[in-house]
Amino acid sequence: MSSKIKRGVSLYSYQNETFQGKMTLEDCIRVSAELGAKGIEIIGEQTFWGWPEYGVASEDVDQWHRLIKQYDCTPVSHDFMLDYKRYKGREMPFEEQVASVKKDIEFGARLGMKYIRALVSIAPEVLVAAAHHAEEHNIKILIEVHAPLHFDHPWIIRHAEAFEKSGSDALGFLPDMGMFLFAFPPVWKEKFLRIGVPPAIADYVEKAYEDRVLSEYVILNVQQMGGTGPAIAMAETLRHNAAFEPKRMLDYMPRIHNIHGKFYEVTEDYVEPSIPYDKIVEVLKQGGYEGYICSEYEGNRWIEDAQEPDSVEQVRRQQVMLAKLLGETEVPTIKTPAFAVAAE
Amino acid sequence: MMDNKMIVEGSLQSVDGGFSFLGRLPYYRGLGLSMIEDIQVTVDGDVQPRESVRFAVRGKTYTLGEMETCYDNRWNFGEKAQIIVLNGGLSAGNHTVTFAVRNRVSYLPFVPTTKDTKDLALAA
Repeated sequence: MSSKIKRGVSLYSYQNETFQGKMTLEDCIRVSAELGAKGIEIIGEQTFWGWPEYGVASEDVDQWHRLIKQYDCTPVSHDFMLDYKRYKGREMPFEEQVASVKKDIEFGARLGMKYIRALVSIAPEVLVAAAHHAEEHNIKILIEVHAPLHFDHPWIIRHAEAFEKSGSDALGFLPDMGMFLFAFPPVWKEKFLRIGVPPAIADYVEKAYEDRVLSEYVILNVQQMGGTGPAIAMAETLRHNAAFEPKRMLDYMPRIHNIHGKFYEVTEDYVEPSIPYDKIVEVLKQGGYEGYICSEYEGNRWIEDAQEPDSVEQVRRQQVMLAKLLGETEVPTIKTPAFAVAAE
Repeated sequence: MMDNKMIVEGSLQSVDGGFSFLGRLPYYRGLGLSMIEDIQVTVDGDVQPRESVRFAVRGKTYTLGEMETCYDNRWNFGEKAQIIVLNGGLSAGNHTVTFAVRNRVSYLPFVPTTKDTKDLALAA
């Protein structure tokens, strides 16, 4: 039986191609739509030049709406940044942070979004102070719960408590599936081997991750094995990543409205070797989730030193995997070339 | 990320009082200019003084000091900025250029410096 969970793409996934001007906004939206991933999430300032410092041209916003309509897509989320370190040597004052979030609420509404994404380092008081403005614009502000943070971390619990106390349903969560990293990603290990980590140490770190050894012990052991520089950096990834349990989302389901389908690699046989999407989808179904899972490809930065990332192929594979897990009968397929190869 | 795409191939040229090349911010988004803490250019092993570096986008040129308090302009995602070095000029031929950018990123618990080195040819 098909699920009520919907598929989408964060255009972050195509960053390697859009950075170089190989894929246009239309290419990104068309490819996603062909794959049946009709929810479109963006990082506002990645997709639209000018935001927030000098504003976005109205023609660019018009074109966005035209493309969304042409490819029968749905705007899902504008991920905003809030650069509270804009001023050298002093943090942006509270009132100015709130005013900045209000501007992003208005920009999200202008793009027809349902949600705006707040980075996890933003204080709960700032979001609570902007909640009424969000309600007025029919927007929900979702804080991204992202590794090394997780649903049992005191910082996230503080957000949850502040959201409940506010009484506003315009505040919620956007979990990033990277926090459920159950195996050390092969693309990470391969990168560390390329930059000089001795194979014995790389094998040890991978195994220690599988055995759930505390990061601090792994770092010390790698030092004692003679590891330096890149070997220590590899061990230190365990400080920032852990195999938290997907079922920890269940307590928060009423406030979870969007999901970052983070992945580092999907293999030819449609498996993400490090993130347990079968378990994740099972938990989301159990929790009655009806929002989008938006692909968020982040393997690019781990392989770009050795090969040109093929973001479209990676997104295609993840969408095939998701469609299958969601019980869809049709296999997502790309029907037209993703972009004009002659560009560079 | 994007480290090896920072310097745009084939972009080295002579300008009045120095040389320039095109550079991109190694990041998945853009940044307001006040958050670019430093741009360091090294040519054939010689670090160029900070005071000699200029940054230009969309017709506006800044010193690195001016960028620190610029709140109304940004280096957009993938945008090719002209990086100018007023060193008196370079000889024609091949030069090894290293371009390093240090950013102040609000959510990161460290201050990243990213660099790219490429051999660029200057036409006679």
